[in-house]
Amino acid sequence: MGTTYFIGGIHPPENKITAGCPIETFPVPAKVLLPLSQHIGAPCEALVKAGDMVEVGQKIAQGRGYVSAPVHASVSGQVKSIEPYLHPIGRQVSSIVIETDTNQPQEWANSAIPLLKLLSKDTAALRDQVQDAGIVGLGGATFPTHVKLNPPVAKPVDTLLINGAECEPYLTADHRMMMEHPQELVSGIQLLAHILGISQAYIGIEENKPDAIAALREAATKIEAKGLTINVVKLRVRYPQGSEKHLIQTILDRQVPPPPGLPMDVGVVVQNVGTVYAVYEALSLGKPLIERTVTVTGSGVRQPKNLKVRLGTQVSELLDFCDWDSEGAGKIILGGPMMGMAQYTPQLPVIKGTSGVLVQTRAEVNTAGYRDCVRCGKCVEVCPMFLMPQTLSIYAERGMFKEAEEYGLTDCILCGCCSYVCPAKRPIVQMVGLLRSLKAAAKAKG
Amino acid sequence: MLEAILVVGGIGLVSSLGLGVASQKFAVETDPKIDELERALPGANCGACGYVGCRAFAEAVISEEAPPSGCLAGGESVATAIAHLLGIDVELREKVVAQLVCLGGEGVAQAKYKYLGIGDCQAGYLLAGGDKSCRFGCLGLGSCIRVCPVDAISNDLSSGLVQIDRELCIGCGKCLAVCPKSVLELVPASQQVKVLCHSQDKGPIVRKLCRAGCLGCGLCKKVCPEKAITLEKFLAAIDPNICNVCGTCVKKCPTKCIGYISDVPPELTSPECQSNISASP
Repeated sequence: MGTTYFIGGIHPPENKITAGCPIETFPVPAKVLLPLSQHIGAPCEALVKAGDMVEVGQKIAQGRGYVSAPVHASVSGQVKSIEPYLHPIGRQVSSIVIETDTNQPQEWANSAIPLLKLLSKDTAALRDQVQDAGIVGLGGATFPTHVKLNPPVAKPVDTLLINGAECEPYLTADHRMMMEHPQELVSGIQLLAHILGISQAYIGIEENKPDAIAALREAATKIEAKGLTINVVKLRVRYPQGSEKHLIQTILDRQVPPPPGLPMDVGVVVQNVGTVYAVYEALSLGKPLIERTVTVTGSGVRQPKNLKVRLGTQVSELLDFCDWDSEGAGKIILGGPMMGMAQYTPQLPVIKGTSGVLVQTRAEVNTAGYRDCVRCGKCVEVCPMFLMPQTLSIYAERGMFKEAEEYGLTDCILCGCCSYVCPAKRPIVQMVGLLRSLKAAAKAKG
Repeated sequence: MLEAILVVGGIGLVSSLGLGVASQKFAVETDPKIDELERALPGANCGACGYVGCRAFAEAVISEEAPPSGCLAGGESVATAIAHLLGIDVELREKVVAQLVCLGGEGVAQAKYKYLGIGDCQAGYLLAGGDKSCRFGCLGLGSCIRVCPVDAISNDLSSGLVQIDRELCIGCGKCLAVCPKSVLELVPASQQVKVLCHSQDKGPIVRKLCRAGCLGCGLCKKVCPEKAITLEKFLAAIDPNICNVCGTCVKKCPTKCIGYISDVPPELTSPECQSNISASP
């Protein structure tokens, strides 16, 4: 039995139908759309203009602030235009369109630098390299990784947590990554630990991935860095186990203070396994973040797959590749079913935070409306943040965001457990989103 | 029994004496004019004037913060009553009413997706700008209905849009403030012809998304005998001060997005305009 200390949460059907599908490389698309904002923080400014020829891996956009991550060309080719395109967040975002040319290098040409050589390098130089590679949190939050790797002096960090929980149903990108690249991940962890100057690391994996646990346990025995211990922790299957705060609570029994509290406040840095792999590739091969693993899955897809995709590839191309049922599709979700964003069209690009594409059939989608709250309290039972979602939802219906704030509006992690169990089918997460937007609007007004 | 009556009655007597003394001694001086003014106001406490209620508005008028014509619900009659009480002349504002500038109801404007969430326009707008494919169109989720202090706005079930009762509307503008699409406008109550679309997209895009959108073709501008129509950002606009309600543009508009917003008596259409209509190609 795996461990879990946190109270609340749910256990939805896992539906990990692609767990046995090895990661396939998706062919280089004819055109990529690279939005200038693929991370949390200030958007980038384009460094190229229409008509420019770009090489794969070339930096084509750079942010001004520190909390920002550059964008790199994911293919070689010609910049066609820079204009607004639909972005997975639902808005039009200025994007660089690159048309692919015929001479594409199939593999990244640089050979790997030995780990020991990297471990003797200056930490600041390595961190700059991570920043330059445009790496962000690939679990979906897309927070720039170099910021996490540079904790302020007042907040010393002693532990690195690697998030391999992948608690979202359907998604298996991280699972496959752990099984297929355990050695690279362990190298990446050593590099991260070196940059942070710490001596203990944990990898948290849910117990429904015994093969990944075994692979990483074996790889963790071959550590080259001195004085570093890596523990692989088996976790109980529980959603949202992969939430940063809950992972810290489960593995280290430390509680992250409420917002604006961060894991740093309790001496922890959490990184997703996809991010660790990206860091390894950036430091060892000099390869910037130009591709990521995406799970294309759901009952609306006839051949679900795990794909290694160039950033900027259109979602519609991935769906065609996996033979989707475009007629019977009821909902396309980018990300997992619990926290992903539903999209009204597949004509939009894969960005750094796209962990999966889920297609649900019409029959699976609930189209009945919602009803009034019956005060059954089920949402209170499952809320992993100990909030009262029913009260928040009632406030949302009345636009009372000030009162909602007293009920922990900012603490909500939008995990969706409340909406999942609600017998009245109330869209509580959307309601929290509405309250937050009302609050932001009132704040902007002054 | 007697004892109880004496005790309770005694306590009552002493307390009432105390209250009486307190009411004299600690009385708050108020301007009797405020009370008079408050009585002249409708007393609905609707807040449309921008103050918390009728009394607050009356205080503001006395301290010359608010104009005497500031009560939108009361309109002309209340404004003159206030002016009379204050012994001043009042500048009467023209009555304005809210107007929905979108005709893109169900079956007219293309839907982007099926929205199943909360019945609130702001919430719908957060999901990719709402379920209307036209980024300017009315979402019809009715946030304006809920803020209207006089219940002048209702759901139009046949079109999925909202409709505004011009008689009830007091022109407070609260609905404009909550509309995320800015699809409501305040227009002079006397205006009779209006372009009922506010899409600033180019013609081909509008044509693709909606059957009743302004294409910015400029035909109305060309045929208007009074030159009352201007074209900006692919959108026509009618100047109500110049328009003489001849109806040429209404007839000529290819997408029928110019309409009469108040009931126009047919005799308003002048003979020379009639000849204009028949003469134009």
